[in-house]
Amino acid sequence: MSTGVLQAKLWYAQRISAMVLGICVAIHLLIIFYAIRGGLSAQEILGRTQGNVLFAIFYEVFVIACFVHAPIGVANILQEIFPKSGLAEPLSWILALLILILGTTAVVGVFTGGQI
Amino acid sequence: MSNADLKVRVWRGSQEGEFVEYLVPRNPNQTVLDVVTYIQRKLDPTLSYRFACRVGMCGSCAMTVNGVARWTCRTHVSQILQGDALEIAPLNNLPVIKDLATDMREFFNKWKGAVGFFKGNQTRHDDFAKVEPNSEERQLANAGIECIGCGVCYASCEVVESRPNYLGPAALNRAWTLTNDVRDVQQLERMRAVAGDAGCHACHTQGSCTEACPKSIEPTASIAGLKKLIAKAAVRGSKWGKL
Amino acid sequence: MSSRPTLDYRAKSHLSYFAYACHRYSGLLLACFIPLHFLMLSQSLRGMQGFEKSLALTDVWVFKFGEWALVILLAVHLTGGLRLLMIEFGPWRGLRKGWIQLTILFAIACGLLFLYFAN
Repeated sequence: MSTGVLQAKLWYAQRISAMVLGICVAIHLLIIFYAIRGGLSAQEILGRTQGNVLFAIFYEVFVIACFVHAPIGVANILQEIFPKSGLAEPLSWILALLILILGTTAVVGVFTGGQI
Repeated sequence: MSNADLKVRVWRGSQEGEFVEYLVPRNPNQTVLDVVTYIQRKLDPTLSYRFACRVGMCGSCAMTVNGVARWTCRTHVSQILQGDALEIAPLNNLPVIKDLATDMREFFNKWKGAVGFFKGNQTRHDDFAKVEPNSEERQLANAGIECIGCGVCYASCEVVESRPNYLGPAALNRAWTLTNDVRDVQQLERMRAVAGDAGCHACHTQGSCTEACPKSIEPTASIAGLKKLIAKAAVRGSKWGKL
Repeated sequence: MSSRPTLDYRAKSHLSYFAYACHRYSGLLLACFIPLHFLMLSQSLRGMQGFEKSLALTDVWVFKFGEWALVILLAVHLTGGLRLLMIEFGPWRGLRKGWIQLTILFAIACGLLFLYFAN
């Protein structure tokens, strides 16, 4: 794939994931405000998420959208600040893997509550 | 209004140099170009600068005034004066030849690089091309065609500063107007030219170009149009082919 | 003798640039925070007690301040991002300065709501 086509596809992917995140973040902010009333405990969190398939799907979609959106943004920043370092691609990939793996682990964690 | 002389700091030298201060008498209705002209004629004949029409039509007199790129013939001193002081420097992002004159070759080379020129396939023996003035494409093109290549937008753009290959707002704006020219036959080459790191997707929508343009052209809009067009062309193809 | 001047704050003192800067830095900070956030949530795999113990580690003042700042950053990045989507995909209506005002107001609102709801 030529660099032009690659850049165009990355741009497109980042904007599409941005649209998904727009919805996810708006919902997540509402959940945050609801959840923090009177403090936040493990019992309260797991009480909402454990066994809840809808939450699990919602958050996994959220994780995948982050996995696409954030690394592309970070790659652009790195490419501009350290242009000849060659750091942009590897560091973005590391971030991408961290988000995907840790994020999915977190979704599995709150869905199962440790009872795998 | 104070009657004290203006304290005008002017860049002297080229890539290396210094700001030299000149005292210029204040006049009502004085433009920054008047100030530069006074300095060169009365105070220091070695000062180099560019101008041509001096009435806001040609864009030759563009310089950095108090940190912002402007046409000096259309900038009243009273508009931008800070106390008694004024700072005049060459346009940013372009190599300095001497004092206030910059080397504009890279600016115009990037225009070519973006395929910012017209090529049709009709001859004098063919009938006139029929371009509907109210068509969406023609209106989009018209919004950007008044550009006279003054370089103010290019000099204002931080992406141009941080990515030396970036084609820049003027070149991309011109490319967009030609993308919307139904007579042009180089659309595929043009799309290829404006995709990539050096092309439209490097724009971060900072909007400095649109804020600075003395002709109120909005390169941000043109670049947004190119981004969508190129993304679609890369993924699904365009009416001129796939990237 | 010094180097020729370059773009400085004076060329960037306009609203649209400020919006870009807020969007870039909020995004960068969020990108750094997200893996830690996921790491913390994955402690739920330890079961309710283990999760509760990990959460207790964040009862320190500095974490609470961080949570408040992150909610604000999230609000800024969300609204600024929606503005960009309007500019890039919506009908052209200039640099959408109204959206910038909305971003600032929404961020303040989220910051206040967080303080109100948190104990």
